[in-house]
Amino acid sequence: MADFTSAFWDWFIIALTLLSIIGLLIFTLKVGARKFVPGEKAESMGHVWDEDLHELNNPAPRWWYLGFIISIFWGILYLFLYPGLGSFSGYLGWSQIAQYEEEIAQAKQTFGPIFDEFKNEKIEDLARNPKALLVGQRLFSTYCTTCHGSDARGARGYPNLTDNDWLYGGDSVAIKTSIMKGRQAAMPPWGSLLKDAEIHAVAEYIRTLGGLSADDSLAAKGKANYSQYCMVCHGANGEGNPALGSPNLADDIWLYGGSSKKIIESIKDGRNGLMPPHENFLGEAKVHILAAYVYSLSR
Amino acid sequence: MTESNTYNYKVVRQFAIMTIVWGVVGMAVGVFIAAQLAWPALNFDLPWLSFGRLRPLHTNAVIFAFGGCALFSTSYYVVQRTCHVRLCSDKLAAFTFWGWQAVIVSAAITLPLGITTSKEYAELEWPIDILIAVVWVSYAIVFFGTILKRKIKHIYVANWFYGAFIITVAVLHIVNSAAIPVSLLKSYSAYAGVQDAMIQWWYGHNAVGFFLTAGFLGMMYYFVPKQANRPVFSYRLSIIHFWSLVFTYIWAGPHHLHYTALPEWTQSLGMVMSIILLAPSWGGMINGIMTLSGAWHKLRTDPVLRLLIVSISFYGMSTFEGPMMSIKTVNALSHYTDWTIGHVHSGALGWVALVSLGCMYYLFPRLYGREIYSLKLIEVHFWTSTIGIVLYIASMWVSGIMQGLMWRAVNDDGTLTYSFVESVQAMHPFYIIRFLGGALFLLGTLVMVYNLIKTVSGSKPVSAEIPLPAAAQ
Repeated sequence: MADFTSAFWDWFIIALTLLSIIGLLIFTLKVGARKFVPGEKAESMGHVWDEDLHELNNPAPRWWYLGFIISIFWGILYLFLYPGLGSFSGYLGWSQIAQYEEEIAQAKQTFGPIFDEFKNEKIEDLARNPKALLVGQRLFSTYCTTCHGSDARGARGYPNLTDNDWLYGGDSVAIKTSIMKGRQAAMPPWGSLLKDAEIHAVAEYIRTLGGLSADDSLAAKGKANYSQYCMVCHGANGEGNPALGSPNLADDIWLYGGSSKKIIESIKDGRNGLMPPHENFLGEAKVHILAAYVYSLSR
Repeated sequence: MTESNTYNYKVVRQFAIMTIVWGVVGMAVGVFIAAQLAWPALNFDLPWLSFGRLRPLHTNAVIFAFGGCALFSTSYYVVQRTCHVRLCSDKLAAFTFWGWQAVIVSAAITLPLGITTSKEYAELEWPIDILIAVVWVSYAIVFFGTILKRKIKHIYVANWFYGAFIITVAVLHIVNSAAIPVSLLKSYSAYAGVQDAMIQWWYGHNAVGFFLTAGFLGMMYYFVPKQANRPVFSYRLSIIHFWSLVFTYIWAGPHHLHYTALPEWTQSLGMVMSIILLAPSWGGMINGIMTLSGAWHKLRTDPVLRLLIVSISFYGMSTFEGPMMSIKTVNALSHYTDWTIGHVHSGALGWVALVSLGCMYYLFPRLYGREIYSLKLIEVHFWTSTIGIVLYIASMWVSGIMQGLMWRAVNDDGTLTYSFVESVQAMHPFYIIRFLGGALFLLGTLVMVYNLIKTVSGSKPVSAEIPLPAAAQ
């Protein structure tokens, strides 16, 4: 979008800028130019305030005055060379977007072949290739560690990538797809459908599936609701379903915490895990290497 | 003695005391949040003690509470004494005092509660903003009303700077705070997108230019010649640098938004004006320091003068650093790093705080009719605080430049050499040094508090008669 809604504002800005800078220049030349003739000394301005405050009228130091003038001329020159006067794009034709695009193009040219070298190799092979793994580890520490941690062991809500437990499958294709396309998990909230006591009972039942200590009588009460509402995604024995990304509830891995309180929270309010897609800004070649690195972590 | 032939020292005294009180509070919060950055456990998992809420409390407390009270106090003192009249309205002056304290207390309550507009240095919500505007307009009436009543035709240079500061801050505050309230404690900015960002930094940079520079130059122009007992170096220089400073500052805000969605012409113009701004800024430094010509020896014996002169030196240093950092290629490295924080503190601790505290050493004895309790303790204060400042800004330079270089370092395959957390880890030692620097500065201020308490305890407030203006020489 153009910066100006009409040519008037464009010229308004140009005129205002130039008049202001030239005005400043004329003012500085007029007031600042004075210097002493040899032997002359600063006179007092003759006013006295508050008993003893008065002012001399020394000329401005020459180096300061000249520096000031030079900086104004430099400013005018800069505005001629670079975009600074309304929509005038500057003699050098520089723009920040062009600079960005040029740098990106150059980086692609320089570094592209390094990534492309691995593009046609199988992920399973790359996961044993030290050269590819070094690149992969560097990419990982830039793009992945914020959520999955420097050691890739994740955090609450962010899966551990080293434990060989996979929400969406751990084969090379599934990992690469997760990184390329992202994943959007959706555990719906059940708080409006089930009463608190019912949710508590389901939570206790889920704890028994995971082999955790639970209130058995409550758990028994929760089983019916589990079968009705949870089993579709999480399976009859809580084994989960990688096709849907629904977690295995029968192991000892709890993405959002395995305490009664946390499980109740998950059931009541739902969970919305989000893995962002990386295809557009990383490109397939880098994702391919990254997938190999992640693949290598649990093997 | 009737009221009409004495100066109003009461309001000057009230603001002077609160300058010291809020100074200690603001600095202490600063030291605490510096410690939080080095040792995050100090957030204690309490929302109202978390860095994000205490940081605006720190900036508001030191800029508007400490700096603001210092400006009120000294401007009321200077305008009376250089106009040879009492303030035009004691009642309105008292209102500005209580009103300003109410603003500060509201800030101290709302910011830790997380009530904020999220605009940097303008975080306070709309009801407080309205109170600020009312107090500020009253301040302008008292100040300019007193100027109108003056007994000396020529307006002293310090008052030009105070005047420019008062007028411009009113405009900045009202324009930037324009917002649409949705409830008593929540409002949305009247501007959107990049215009909002530009208005914010037009305000933000001129808060530095007019609140933290022009106002404090007003202080310098009165207290330095007074303490040195020397005439101002150059009337001519004060004319050029005053007008060029107030003219140029107002254009410089866009340098806070380099390489953003802000149109390029705006960025370039902001950068050009920031470079041109170097000379006008240094004009003030030259005039302040050269006022000592013929009296340099006083620096050896007078620690108050030394505080003032060192503050002017820090002013010169940070106004050199600022234009350099506004250059796009430098900014590409320095922006978003600790270098910015170091730059701000060389101005805030080195210039604003030292010149204010120096002026308070001048004022307290005169407001209470006592000699300062201990010159030796001023020496201690001077050295403790100066070492504190040097530790602070040097650690932030190193940390900031290191961050900037780490973030842009790439391996031979074009990937980044360091993950973000590695740069955070590398900053840790410098965060500890910064904390120590801040703690030393605070310690110096506490020495001052002790010295001032000893100075004024048991004394009676002075009621100063207005002398007749001296005849022109």
